[in-house]
Amino acid sequence: MTSETTTSQRADSGEEIRQLQRVVIRFAGDSGDGMQLTGDRFTSEAAAFGNDLATLPNFPAEIRAPQGTLPGVSSFQLHFADFDILTPGDRPDVLVAMNPAALKANITDLPAGGILIVNTDEFTKRNLGKVGYDDNPLDGDDVASFQVHEVAMAQLTRGALEETGLSKKEAERAKNMFALGLLSWMYHRPTDGTERALNEKFAKRPELAEANILAFRAGWNYGETTEAFAVSYEVAPAKLEQGTYRQITGNAALAYGIVAAGQRSGLPVFLGSYPITPASDVLHELSQHKGFDVTSFQAEDEIAGVGAALGASFGGALGVTTTSGPGLGLKAETIGLGVALELPLLVVDVQRGGPSTGLPTKTEQTDLLQAMFGRNGESPVPVIAPQSPGDAFGTALDAARIALTYRTPVLLLSDGSIANGSEPWLVPDVTDLPDLSVEFTREPNAPDGSGDFWPYLRDAETLARPWAVPGTAGLEHRIGGLEKADGTGNISYDPDNHDKMVRLRQGKIDGIPVPDVVVDDPSGHADVLVIGWGSTYGPIGAACRRVRNAGRDVAAVHLRHLNPLPANLGDVLGRYRAVVCPEMNLGQLAMLLRARYLVDMMSYTKVAGLPFKAEELADVLTNVLADMPADTVKSNTGNGVQA
Amino acid sequence: MTTAAEQREGTVGLGLADVPTTDDPQKAKDFTSDQEVRWCPGCGDYAVLAAVRGFLPDLGLRRENIVFVSGIGCSSRFPYYLDTYGMHSIHGRAPAIATGLATSRPDLSVWVVTGDGDALSIGGNHLIHALRRNVNLTILLFNNRIYGLTKGQYSPTSEVGKVTKSTPMGSVDHPFNPVSVALGAEATFVARALDSDRRSLTEVLRAAAEHRGTSLVEIFQDCPIFNDGTFDVLRKGDDAESRLIPVTHGEPIRFGPADEDGAGSYAVVRDGFGLAVAKTDDVAERDIVVHDATDHALAFVLSRLSDQDLNHTVTGVFRSVSRPTYDDAVRAQVDQARNDKPGDLQALLRGKDTWTV
Repeated sequence: MTSETTTSQRADSGEEIRQLQRVVIRFAGDSGDGMQLTGDRFTSEAAAFGNDLATLPNFPAEIRAPQGTLPGVSSFQLHFADFDILTPGDRPDVLVAMNPAALKANITDLPAGGILIVNTDEFTKRNLGKVGYDDNPLDGDDVASFQVHEVAMAQLTRGALEETGLSKKEAERAKNMFALGLLSWMYHRPTDGTERALNEKFAKRPELAEANILAFRAGWNYGETTEAFAVSYEVAPAKLEQGTYRQITGNAALAYGIVAAGQRSGLPVFLGSYPITPASDVLHELSQHKGFDVTSFQAEDEIAGVGAALGASFGGALGVTTTSGPGLGLKAETIGLGVALELPLLVVDVQRGGPSTGLPTKTEQTDLLQAMFGRNGESPVPVIAPQSPGDAFGTALDAARIALTYRTPVLLLSDGSIANGSEPWLVPDVTDLPDLSVEFTREPNAPDGSGDFWPYLRDAETLARPWAVPGTAGLEHRIGGLEKADGTGNISYDPDNHDKMVRLRQGKIDGIPVPDVVVDDPSGHADVLVIGWGSTYGPIGAACRRVRNAGRDVAAVHLRHLNPLPANLGDVLGRYRAVVCPEMNLGQLAMLLRARYLVDMMSYTKVAGLPFKAEELADVLTNVLADMPADTVKSNTGNGVQA
Repeated sequence: MTTAAEQREGTVGLGLADVPTTDDPQKAKDFTSDQEVRWCPGCGDYAVLAAVRGFLPDLGLRRENIVFVSGIGCSSRFPYYLDTYGMHSIHGRAPAIATGLATSRPDLSVWVVTGDGDALSIGGNHLIHALRRNVNLTILLFNNRIYGLTKGQYSPTSEVGKVTKSTPMGSVDHPFNPVSVALGAEATFVARALDSDRRSLTEVLRAAAEHRGTSLVEIFQDCPIFNDGTFDVLRKGDDAESRLIPVTHGEPIRFGPADEDGAGSYAVVRDGFGLAVAKTDDVAERDIVVHDATDHALAFVLSRLSDQDLNHTVTGVFRSVSRPTYDDAVRAQVDQARNDKPGDLQALLRGKDTWTV
């Protein structure tokens, strides 16, 4: 257990209470055991209590893999603390294993001294055999280094539900709530929220609501009355920036950002989408917000999804499409059309493991180069990526702003860990959100005074073309994928015109102003810079803290804008003696930065379908620092950079 | 008079109900853009363009509220030649793009111009899904049974055995019958016309435009360069008249050279579960099929009367029925939600469970 500070006594039982700064709990069970729900509820309890938190759901692509097998193991890891944390935690302090498969799949992550709580009812000879245990591992040395709590959760749950009249099988299904109740007792969590949520979830089947609440209370009472659990733990609320908070997942934050973009631009939102993991929840969420003039269209395929969105944009809506994995490839041609038409289009790609179908429920950052270049011809698009679940809100607003202002498709790269992960989110005040209002063109604009409309006459500052929507008299015009003459927009095969148009389209994207990067270098003396993008923000930040706590200096920058890149980035990269670029791909950002700035860097990569561990990145940085010659004079110190 | 409820039900004839009209007189010239038409001399597309330019003024719609969306292919250049709003998009995807536009803009008359390769090969999926959803669109499918723009490969409507650049020993692909495909895809309006028959083409186009829902019009059209004379048997020669079977809702199906009563000397009669062609003199009047455009099964067997050989080619409106449209239903849900539960962004962002630091 980490960072124990003080102890006290429980008012209810007189048992010992230890104060902790942070705890990582992992619930693991069969994919039918309700581990995601259990984790979600515990997260809500932690959030309601005021802890900072970060979560990592990890589940198989199969809806129900064969029961009790390793492929069927589903887990939910939650890190909560009394200070601001950055990651869901490297390793659990507490592992709840609902069956032998869950034990086997997760036990190697539990450090010595960790707490292991197992549901012994599932440790039958048959279930042990399914995962290759000849003997019960609970009886042997496998678990000797842990604090093991063996609890017959199914039996106890059945007992608690005896009077409900539910069948044995139905009653046992509530055992995840027993586990939640036990953990809630151990960590002094508030329980009203869970009871309320269960009543809501099972509003149509009150007998199930009652059963789950009974099981939840039974788990709590078990902790309180059993001597096995002599110690419980408290994690005080975190001291976060003042304001009103809620818990939010990345997919929800992204959807809210899109709703907000519609509201702040005054445009209807049209989402064209096709179900695909893990982006589908954005479709689900947006489908619930028709009251905000959001239309969601579940198309026949990925291509139709983006096509319909582009058609709606032509008609004056904010066209949005969402996808993951191989869906981005299917949309490429239509995004290219959007580049040629110069119409606003927001393309959300929630990256997942690839290639091909790959690892649908796991996380990667492997679509960056496809987002940048994955279309025929010179077809630049802005690329933008959130760094955490809550940050997806502002990133979506920013992406919509760029799309609307510059009349261009924008690629927003989220990923599986942001999509399904959650964290506390400082609820923004709507009046503080940016104004995204758009002026449609309503008058002819031909510079020759002919009274004609030239659809490709550009704004001098933004290089954006006018957006004249059907229904506007006198501005009837035709646009298409064929090359157009600069200005008039008529079909043109003229060689010089094509060269000019290619450069104009590139120049428009290159010229989009994006904020300078802000270097995080508390001491101002760092020699080594670590640079990342997207969801690696958490592990990189946590690794930097570890390195700094160990007395070394390290600077960090994190990119939201991948295209165009911030104007000061080249200068910043040049200031450091070494640059480290950790990515969940084989070095895609590193390739872009080397090519763009002729600055070499150490590309540290891992493509395991899981986020980096802070410890792992801290080791990488420590090794880089150790290799730095101590006596060389810095060519350029980190002076002058903002902390 | 129609009620609002009937309108929502997608009553036939209300396809343009939400599109603003004008009292200003319009001419074909008003719909002619300043772009030079660049189809090959003799291309059937010219006839269709002339028919469309000529009939659009009759609809009396505001020009700025008409949009033509096309895919890729010779016929897909169509939008450039009309002075309306237009989008020349990508191969096969026009129905999808038009679906987004029509769903978000009920005040537009949205047209899709496509060809046999565009609609039935690369875009087959979008075509059938637009038809089953019944989005308020009018789709003109130019069928010349060949890929023209890519210089003469066989298409999904080419006959088996077709010798082309990509099939030197003859195509072995079995073709689609576009009308059968559309009917199988639950289309609510399906019609066919011949490019050179201006009067029938115009009638069919008008009925298609006024249909609320997806209308599909297959237009037989010549490619003089790569598939010259494909439909000549329907235009000239002694038996051309007896090959074409124009159908009109509510009327007995008679065709061919006129009998003494002024109607065709051939008739369509029932034959088991299908239909057959007979000499009018040889059959009783009651045995002659009366066309019913609301009868899905009849429409289908009519579409099967003749295969690729064009021996018995039905033209006119095969099917015209009323069914709620996708876009009306989607907008109704959005309107209902905006009325019942207008969005409160701050409340949405706060959610149910918040805490204050």
